[in-house]
Amino acid sequence: MFKIALDKIDELFAALSGNETLYLPIEKSGEIEFYPYEKDAKVRLDALHTVKSAKDLFFPQTENLMNMKLDGKNIQIEEGRHVEDPFVLFGVRACDARSFDVLDKVFLADPVDSYYAARREHGVIVSMACSRPEETCFCNVFGIDATMPEGDVVVWLDTDHLYWEAKTEKGEALTKTVESVLTDSDSKAVEAQIAATKEIMDKLPLKDLDLTRFTEDEMMNIFNDSRWAEMSEHCLGCGTCTFVCPTCQCYDIRDYDTGHGVVRYRCWDSCMYRDFTRMAHGNPRKSQLERFRQRFMHKLVYFPENNDGMFSCVGCGRCLSKCPIHTNIAKVIKTMGVKEHE
Amino acid sequence: MREINEMLKKKVSELLENGTADRIIGWQAGEFCYDVTPAVMRKDNLDELFYNGFCGANQSKYLIQESLEEGKVLALLKPCDTYSFNQLVKEHRVNREKVYALGIPCSGMLDVDKIKALGITGILSIEDNGEEIKVATMYGDKTCKRTEVLQERCKVCKGKEHKAYDELLIPDEDAPEVPNGEDRFELVNKLEAMTSQERFDFWRGELSKCIRCNACRNVCPACSCRTCVFDNDNSGVAAKSNADDFEENMFHIIRAFHVAGRCTDCGECSRVCPQHIPLHLLNRKFIKDIDEFYGEFQAGEDDTAKGPLTAYTEGDCEPSIVMEKGGEA
Repeated sequence: MFKIALDKIDELFAALSGNETLYLPIEKSGEIEFYPYEKDAKVRLDALHTVKSAKDLFFPQTENLMNMKLDGKNIQIEEGRHVEDPFVLFGVRACDARSFDVLDKVFLADPVDSYYAARREHGVIVSMACSRPEETCFCNVFGIDATMPEGDVVVWLDTDHLYWEAKTEKGEALTKTVESVLTDSDSKAVEAQIAATKEIMDKLPLKDLDLTRFTEDEMMNIFNDSRWAEMSEHCLGCGTCTFVCPTCQCYDIRDYDTGHGVVRYRCWDSCMYRDFTRMAHGNPRKSQLERFRQRFMHKLVYFPENNDGMFSCVGCGRCLSKCPIHTNIAKVIKTMGVKEHE
Repeated sequence: MREINEMLKKKVSELLENGTADRIIGWQAGEFCYDVTPAVMRKDNLDELFYNGFCGANQSKYLIQESLEEGKVLALLKPCDTYSFNQLVKEHRVNREKVYALGIPCSGMLDVDKIKALGITGILSIEDNGEEIKVATMYGDKTCKRTEVLQERCKVCKGKEHKAYDELLIPDEDAPEVPNGEDRFELVNKLEAMTSQERFDFWRGELSKCIRCNACRNVCPACSCRTCVFDNDNSGVAAKSNADDFEENMFHIIRAFHVAGRCTDCGECSRVCPQHIPLHLLNRKFIKDIDEFYGEFQAGEDDTAKGPLTAYTEGDCEPSIVMEKGGEA
């Protein structure tokens, strides 16, 4: 294990961003997102969450697939792909780190999504352990350890130091590039912090959410449960929950008329939008109830059924704090986790 | 607040019992003390109804759908909600006859994000004592001043008078004093005083955060089109995301133009924005301009008057006024 004093942390960021782009939580116009590091950036490692999750780096909200340019009677087609740049993603929390496993199941399954795969290959993940979870956190429910996140390198922060430990080959290679600014350290401080954080985790109000009902056997009972009606009744049909979610992975492919050509791009879609999965025959989910239900059935029943029991929620709590009317997955788990009329 | 809560429960139960309305749009408690959800309730689940400092959501827009349904719905309107309600009635989007409006008092609504921004996290419970907010957290007990954590719109409160109601829970003159009003055009003035480059940088900084979740549009009582132009594939501008930074800007600017003269400044757009973009400032700029060009006008003040942008008078300013605005070249 290595360490660096926090007052010298800019040396670490300078070293990490020397050869490749370094993304980390940076505050701009009052909000924190993963932005490229630059000198004098307002780095906010103290923040529990960025507004959007880190999935943007592998599966961007919009990405150009191809450009079509009109040249007289000819159409020139250029590939818009821009996925080969190596980068370091620093400061990913345990919940977001697990979300990459969820996304891998979708995008790395046959047929492999070559855009996503290339970014996964070229990205190194430095995850950051939590020490101050919030009331909206429930990653433990999905078997995630907030004190020991997945990632190529894991870092822990206390008041004076950042502790660094490589976990994979990629992580070892990255460590070599920054070794000059790190010093050796024992793991005492980290162990003490892990123990203290675990005590806090034990007090989280949502730590006991019960997922046992969300199985294939109960699928149709949950699907037909009449309580979806009242739960979805006041859903605004906005896309906030889906766009701040680290695991939502639905997308649309659209053409943008530039006036002198067409840009074909892929963008995040939201099952909360009423044209979600609309096709030539119309829309299979006409009501907000059906679309609302789809989101939670997907995360809690369909996805685990197709992916060896892995839920596609990581308990980050973003939808809990961002939904304009506070309808969220924790409420759904509590309601649907208990059979109707019980 | 507890007193008002009890009075409200009693009154609502009476109105449902005597058949004045058959259901109510109220508020339901959530997982925490602040995550209140709007909910339709009937006699059998009325015990879930409650009202506290986190019931800020303007429920007027729900009345568009509710007033299409069978029976009469009981709406709980805070003074500022009545402006949106009037506007929706004026635009024939809410059927007034299907709504029984109960005016409820408000002493200013709280913004949990502002509490969190003070570093108060891990919130377990919140006690609202009028002047001081006591917050029990996983990291110990904290306090903050109520005025520090009020919603933005409450800092420029329109007053305690209800502009529309069938009945008031308590007479307006007996209602609690509203928070001291700050100048609602203060920030607009500041933006106007900037150079065009500074102003551009400010808005690029804010609007580049937009994730195009459409929460601002979907919550906005003035955005009541059945199908928004941005959802209509045949419009040529339909989009689910911002394909480029031009679109980031234009979505919000077009929306602000569309609601100009009808926006009551209810502040819901800024309340729901996951990125805290101060969208209300776009609307306030229009409101300020309308005030200056056509004389002071407050949308939703009543449910009949034509707004300055939909009425013609001889004294109206010339369209060429735009040539004189917009700062230096």
